[in-house]
Amino acid sequence: MSETGTGTSAQKQGQRAPVLEMRGITKRYPGVIANDGIDLDVRAGEIHALLGENGAGKSTLMNILYGLAVPDSGEILLDGKPVDISGPHDAISRGISMVHQHFMLVPVLSIAENILLGEEPMANPILMDRAASHRRIRELGQRFGWEVDPEQRVGSLSVGWQQRVEILKALYRNARVLVLDEPTAVLTPQETKEIFEVLRTLRAEGYAVIFISHKLYEVLEVADRITVIRRGKVVGSRIPAETDEEDLAELMVGREVQLTVDRGESHPGEPMLVAEGLRVRDDRGHEAVHDVGFAVRAGEVFGVAGVAGNGQDELVEALVGLRRPAAGTIRLAGRDVTGHSPRDLHQAGVGFVPGDRHRFGLVLAFPITDNLVLNDYYLPPYATGLRRNDEAIRAYAEQAIAEYDIRTPSATIPASNLSGGNQQKCIVAREFEGDLKLLVLDQPTRGLDVGSIEFIHRQAVARRDTGVAILLVSAELDEVLELSDRIGVMYRGRLVAVLDGPSADREQVGLLMATGGRDGGTQPQTMADEA
Amino acid sequence: MDAIYGIPILGLVVQLIVYLVEAFPVLAPTIVAAATPIALGALCGFMNERSGVVNIGIEGMMLTAAFVAWWTASIAAQLVPDLRLAVFGITLPLLIGLVAAVVAAMLVSAVHAWLSISVRADQIISGTIINIFAVAITGYLNLLISQQSPPSAGSFQALRLPSAVEDIPVIGWLIDAFISVGPIGLTMLISVIVLQVLLFRSRWGLRTRAVGEHPKAAETVGIDVIRLRYRNVVLGGAFAGLAGAYLTIEFGSAFQGEMTAGRGFIALAALIFGRWTPVGALGAALLFTTSIGLERSIRFAPPEGQLGELLTAVPLQFYSALPYLITIIVLAGVVGRSLAPAAVGRPYERESKAA
Amino acid sequence: MTATAPAAAPAPRRRSLGERLRAVALLPAIAIGLALVIGGIVIILSSPLIRGFDPALPLVAYRALAEGAFGSVNALVNTLVNATPLVLAGLAVGIGFKAGLFNIGAQGQFLLGAVGATVAAIALNDASPWVAIPVSLLAGMAGGLAWGFIPGFLKAFTGAHEVVTTIMLNFVAIHLVSGIISGPLRGASVTFARTDDFAAAGLPILIGRNGHLGLLFALVAVPLAWWVIYRSTIGFEIRTVGANPDAARYAGMHPRWITILTMSACGLLAGLAGAGEILGEVGYMPASYGTTVGFDAIAVALLGRAHPVGILFAGLLFGAMQAGAGLMQVQAGVPAQMVGLLQAVILFFLAAELVVRQVLRVRTGDGELMSELQTVSQSYGDQATR
Repeated sequence: MSETGTGTSAQKQGQRAPVLEMRGITKRYPGVIANDGIDLDVRAGEIHALLGENGAGKSTLMNILYGLAVPDSGEILLDGKPVDISGPHDAISRGISMVHQHFMLVPVLSIAENILLGEEPMANPILMDRAASHRRIRELGQRFGWEVDPEQRVGSLSVGWQQRVEILKALYRNARVLVLDEPTAVLTPQETKEIFEVLRTLRAEGYAVIFISHKLYEVLEVADRITVIRRGKVVGSRIPAETDEEDLAELMVGREVQLTVDRGESHPGEPMLVAEGLRVRDDRGHEAVHDVGFAVRAGEVFGVAGVAGNGQDELVEALVGLRRPAAGTIRLAGRDVTGHSPRDLHQAGVGFVPGDRHRFGLVLAFPITDNLVLNDYYLPPYATGLRRNDEAIRAYAEQAIAEYDIRTPSATIPASNLSGGNQQKCIVAREFEGDLKLLVLDQPTRGLDVGSIEFIHRQAVARRDTGVAILLVSAELDEVLELSDRIGVMYRGRLVAVLDGPSADREQVGLLMATGGRDGGTQPQTMADEA
Repeated sequence: MDAIYGIPILGLVVQLIVYLVEAFPVLAPTIVAAATPIALGALCGFMNERSGVVNIGIEGMMLTAAFVAWWTASIAAQLVPDLRLAVFGITLPLLIGLVAAVVAAMLVSAVHAWLSISVRADQIISGTIINIFAVAITGYLNLLISQQSPPSAGSFQALRLPSAVEDIPVIGWLIDAFISVGPIGLTMLISVIVLQVLLFRSRWGLRTRAVGEHPKAAETVGIDVIRLRYRNVVLGGAFAGLAGAYLTIEFGSAFQGEMTAGRGFIALAALIFGRWTPVGALGAALLFTTSIGLERSIRFAPPEGQLGELLTAVPLQFYSALPYLITIIVLAGVVGRSLAPAAVGRPYERESKAA
Repeated sequence: MTATAPAAAPAPRRRSLGERLRAVALLPAIAIGLALVIGGIVIILSSPLIRGFDPALPLVAYRALAEGAFGSVNALVNTLVNATPLVLAGLAVGIGFKAGLFNIGAQGQFLLGAVGATVAAIALNDASPWVAIPVSLLAGMAGGLAWGFIPGFLKAFTGAHEVVTTIMLNFVAIHLVSGIISGPLRGASVTFARTDDFAAAGLPILIGRNGHLGLLFALVAVPLAWWVIYRSTIGFEIRTVGANPDAARYAGMHPRWITILTMSACGLLAGLAGAGEILGEVGYMPASYGTTVGFDAIAVALLGRAHPVGILFAGLLFGAMQAGAGLMQVQAGVPAQMVGLLQAVILFFLAAELVVRQVLRVRTGDGELMSELQTVSQSYGDQATR
């Protein structure tokens, strides 16, 4: 894709004064400096990438830009003039639009209602004008070749379509600066490619685009400039032609990073987990898992790739006893455990690191000690009969904290006080222990810093090498590719393929994730295609 | 069931249906009148919950308004000239009472709004505090004031329609029942219709729904979530004010301790049953108060024969308890709670704590 | 927030007993103080309606209140007698809070306990007290348990929020009691709708004028509740369900059954309170038993921060106020409802504690008022726990 092709961007290259400048932005939260004297500038017709690992301070910076947070010091300039952004309303009116990492869409409202919210066209002082707005939205979609049905409820859209609605929402307002916060986090490689095309189109039209990510290859592929943030500070600025993944990774983390864990060969044994003909319903009663069957052998990592929302949650819940399958069987080491309770499965040797760690993994209000014995609180030595033994619990907790390097000033503070990485380590400390046969890991490193990610990956491989069967479910395709000995792909509730891990090709898996392997991989352009 | 027993029971059921159908036109005004405060309370709940705020203090707001209406009207009657309007029996003291009640309820609502939105206290606690406080203060003042036997200011009158309307076949009694309420009752009907339209077609309605479902999303498009919630909650208080005033200056003309008798909570149930829409809530309120009409009907004009014996053998307290029992059954069985505004009950924190 | 040092919580050293006491008791103490001030203002403002404007009236009123509560042995006993049902019902509400449930139905459960005990008492009116008393107490507990079981069951299996169902059941209870007492259980030669006096089942007086056996129930219930909630596995399950029902499920607990068990236990406690009152204090059952114990219990539970020891102190405080209210009305002319007013204001300041803390720059311990309460409000819109 040419950088200088169209007339407008050539013209913009002439005047290179930045549209947006952030100077010396500093923001402190209790106990942590989120942004420390950050400088950033973006020009019109440019894609400027902001690179940093989870927790580096990127989102804080953008929240400040968007008026969702107030900096302690520093200033923001638009077209060279200092401005004071009082809130999202103000930011929008100044031409700053944001596509958030976690979708800011209201599921029960239609696409049109979501896009228009805050900027509703009025037929008269009281009632809205639907016809005009629907027209405009359709036109907006056409710019990218999308056929949008404004009346459709957002809640029923696929993840990829929701992302498109988010982008349309940002473009509906007269924006000059467009910020995209981790836009590709939940997309397939094909959808990611499409987003990049969208960004290039926007660049050609003269937008100043800020692209936030922690994915190195994406940033190298699409950005004009890259600014790296680490621990709240800017540690470097690069042009893609002059750098590579190793260099960026080192900047991002501050030391040499092993980009892939040393996995070593696996020596799989007998099938430990065998699922056959599983059918599982979701909360609304629809079948989310259709006739899924697979096996995970002892001593291997079986990775399940797939776009979020294709049945993985329900599958995982069925495997750990949180949801009863409507049909099918689950066998653990030969024994039928279909529909057994979580406690039974835990006793039988199943460990579970949940994707939603605040929901299933921890009781945030409870101290770390209670969280560490959450599964075994009723067993000796932690309890005799009805009476709990606080000393035994405490002793165990101290040991686990030391062994898993959980950074905490005390074992009795509430789990909510811990950082995300340390919270996850608590869960890992609890679940990776005991006489394990199967470990179910659901998004185990989502939102964590690189150090914690490395730690958890190493622990997982170590368990694999002692003969535990590991089921890894992750929306991060790279994680699946990195760790899995075999890979399965979930699409629309079915397991559409099982591939060999080390030889799997990113493109190939991505295609399967996006289309289920039906045809040559055309992206669904209209909502009808999705059906 | 043996066929031998089947026929008499079937006969009873048929007789019951016939009885109800005949009694209905007579009961309709009673039913509508009883449903008015509940529907108004439900509108208060509607304004709150659609914006994402739980309000179980509707009962306390109604009680406060009932007391304020009665008391200020009574004082006004002694101080102010007795101007009278022909329609609805509107007098100046009554109007003053009405306005005072609405203002009082809005003030109480503002307190709830402050506790729930700014302080981010638990919203159910906040509502409970209002209920306890209302019972205490109204009881306290009522005791002191009653010792001095203040005069009553009377009450609003129902609108008498020409009898030609009543004679319209089939629906004449229906129209009569709905129109012949007093001014507050009429306000309720108009409000229900207006709010229903506004909810789905106006800018206010869209923003309110967004805030109630996903306040963060609304914030990011520039909507002031805090201000919208405050406005809606306080305005909702006005409806609770109307409901309370209705009890002491339209439906009745005196105040008694704890006279709201749970109507505020039945109003919540009506709102839930009506799927958080004004029209639905009114329908639910009517359903609940049908049982009150039934009680009256059985007490004063029971059906003939076996059915009559059966119905009057049941202690009257059962019929008094019926609205509450229906509420429980409705809540337990009928409505999927997944329809509640998704963010209801969760305090909203403005500054995002991202890193 | 992970890149720099892990969110640093100030290292908590072991605090002395004095510090811990201060952390827990300071805020309620401030709330009570402020409430007295506000109550005083209300009294002054309404004094024209009492005996003429009198700025010193609050002092007279509060002095009478204190005298009625503590001024003599009989007064002290009276305070204990008033406190007992409040403590028991307060536990009924507080234990519910621990499970994330708001038991506003203590009032109805209390009434069912009273009427249950009444039914047994009248049936055994000619029997020996050794039989009549235990059976009546058990009947009262059973009645209360049933009235707690129903909303618990409904919440667990249908998602019907207990806030509304328990309030509805309160009203049903009133009519149920009225129906039973006015009808089948109506006394032989009585002037208004009530039962006969209890002969066999009346609780013996232990001390003072009216210190009946029921006092012991509260004294036993508090430490028992404390042990169960904080030291037993059942209590751990209850608290976990209250804090995070999903994690509780994964931990192998059964949130549904915990909900039912907890609500039933709450009902049992409130029923015991009702049985104790009717058998020990009143001596017969009227068709319309005017009591506000159930609602006062909510205030007691909140003031006591849902902790059994806190509830004990809060119950004693409110019991004292109630005991003294009569004397206050007689000596100062201030209606007894003032006590309810004080309660509401105390709660208001507790609820607004965030603001109170900032305004008065008070530093108390860690944590919010009661984090379990978040579950109460948030479960309002959710479906039944699975």
